[in-house]
Amino acid sequence: MISNPLDFEKPIAELDDLIEELKRVSRDPQERLEGKANGIDIDAEIARFEAAREQMAKQVYSTLSPWNEVQMARHPDRPYTLDYIGMICDDFLELHGDRTNADDPAIVGGIARFNGQQVVVMGHQKARDLKGRQLRNFGSARPAGFRKAMRLMKLAEKFNRPIIVFVDTPAAEANLMAEEEGISLTIAVCLREMVGLTVPIVVSVIGEGGSGGALGIAVGDRVIMLEHSVYSVIPPEGCAAILWNDRTRAADAAGALKLTAKHALEFGLVDEVLPEPVGGAHRDPVATAAALKEAIVRGLDALAGKTAQELTDGRYDRFRNMGRWEEETLPGPESDESTEQPEG
Amino acid sequence: MARGGWFSRSSRGTGAQATVPEGLWSKCPGCSEITYNKDLERNMNVCPKCGHHHRLSLAARLAITVDEGSFEEINAGVQSLDPLGFPDYGTKLKRDMAKTGLNDSITTGRATIDGFPVIITIADFGFMGGSMGSVAGEKIVRAMETGVAERKPVIIFSASGGARMQEGLFSLMQMAKTSAGAARLDSAGVPYVVVLTHPTTAGVYASYASLGDVILAEPGATVGFAGLRVGNQSMGVKLPDDFQTSEFQQRCGMVDRVVPRKEIRTTLAKLLAFFAFATVSAKEKAPGVTA
Repeated sequence: MISNPLDFEKPIAELDDLIEELKRVSRDPQERLEGKANGIDIDAEIARFEAAREQMAKQVYSTLSPWNEVQMARHPDRPYTLDYIGMICDDFLELHGDRTNADDPAIVGGIARFNGQQVVVMGHQKARDLKGRQLRNFGSARPAGFRKAMRLMKLAEKFNRPIIVFVDTPAAEANLMAEEEGISLTIAVCLREMVGLTVPIVVSVIGEGGSGGALGIAVGDRVIMLEHSVYSVIPPEGCAAILWNDRTRAADAAGALKLTAKHALEFGLVDEVLPEPVGGAHRDPVATAAALKEAIVRGLDALAGKTAQELTDGRYDRFRNMGRWEEETLPGPESDESTEQPEG
Repeated sequence: MARGGWFSRSSRGTGAQATVPEGLWSKCPGCSEITYNKDLERNMNVCPKCGHHHRLSLAARLAITVDEGSFEEINAGVQSLDPLGFPDYGTKLKRDMAKTGLNDSITTGRATIDGFPVIITIADFGFMGGSMGSVAGEKIVRAMETGVAERKPVIIFSASGGARMQEGLFSLMQMAKTSAGAARLDSAGVPYVVVLTHPTTAGVYASYASLGDVILAEPGATVGFAGLRVGNQSMGVKLPDDFQTSEFQQRCGMVDRVVPRKEIRTTLAKLLAFFAFATVSAKEKAPGVTA
């Protein structure tokens, strides 16, 4: 059964209803007898419908449009950062505050044991109920959130512990208070400081990778995206408003922005796309968490032998080489720049 | 995308005239007064009546900032691709290349200011709103790396609506890329000054433009995170009149000084003198030198 079905999930949900109805009928001896008399084998019918349902689900979820992926990434039933921390870490001890003037609940973090190793773990935190959403500000961090993230990262660095990050935010907070407290500066400082951290950083985009608010804690050595997560420079609604002055064309904008996990991998901007259970992470959170844990372990293992210098040089090169351009060699007083264009 | 090559570049841009409306007279968006264009140019494109800072072309900015004849462009040949196949992007690139005579929004080079050698980058808002895509990010980072390699201060004049959405996630990653460049300037002890000009917002303000050792801003420039429209909509609170301006950012502690255009060159010279002194001191403190 599908709870909170999205529009494109409705045909599957309808099949589910049908199967439920058949199952209810099959439990009634009277109905079974009548069916038999009419030459209907109800168990076979159920099996047939279930097979069709499985077929349809595979088909639907493997051919989602970019906008459908946005809907999946924002699905209210999707596991959030604290859900994953609970499923893949032991002894999580949440640590609060930015050591300046606030504690932003939109970013959570602390210390934990992960796969037998001491780590610092953090991420954006969304919520499912109204009160929680207000508290977590829909996962949109204020400057205090980024300051908290950074001071926890420095804690990891001081004690030489790897950092595990979960990304799930529509965007950073952009209201008057955020502006007064320097939202741009705090994001910029996070970007600059993360590059120089001397411990391994593994980032997982688990839902929405919303522009600067996402990247602000996502400058990692290894970046994993869940199959139905998205990563974008601008929310599709905002893009549609700018391009066509029409926020309702968000689906078109999502297509143009190529914001899916598959595209990010194709562009070489992330390292791995982790398949989700059919129907998405929320249909089987335990299996998703297990797969995610395995992927993070692999990431950390690959980084384990590296020196601080190798890590920071590698991270610099990784982000420094992102971008696609072409270069015309101009006749000039000098040509001291390479015309080679790096991959990615 | 044919271009004329290096030597034709010096002839591009027609100076200050390029940014003020055509004709002899123009109306100031600040005070609505009509000003004789020649007067405006003589006044560095600052309205003589209300002090409104008009946009400057690359040539006009260079003329009032660096020592005459000292500018030598680097990395001029880097130009945009269309990695996403984004609707109309190719057309817009061609249009703005023709309009501005530039390959992209950022121009970088070596120059001297008051005799101090610097690496300077200047943004042209007229090229797709000064937006940062792969080319802008690459040129900014190369400028920073050149600053590190040649141990010259890096001076950045910003003007940008933010990351260029037509290059999607590539553009977002330029925020990390340029901030990584700023980290290198820090660890190498190379001075970095940002001059925020109208407008500097979003992905550019939230990356390299916020990371200068010293951050100056031209008066009245729009400087902020999310676009004004978004900010106005998002809440019922009354916004201060100067919300998301240079003055607002200075008041909030994000900008060192709001500096009128006329004083930017002399202010930069003071900073460069300070940095030069600091660099010499550091050298003198090197091992083998007794106190």
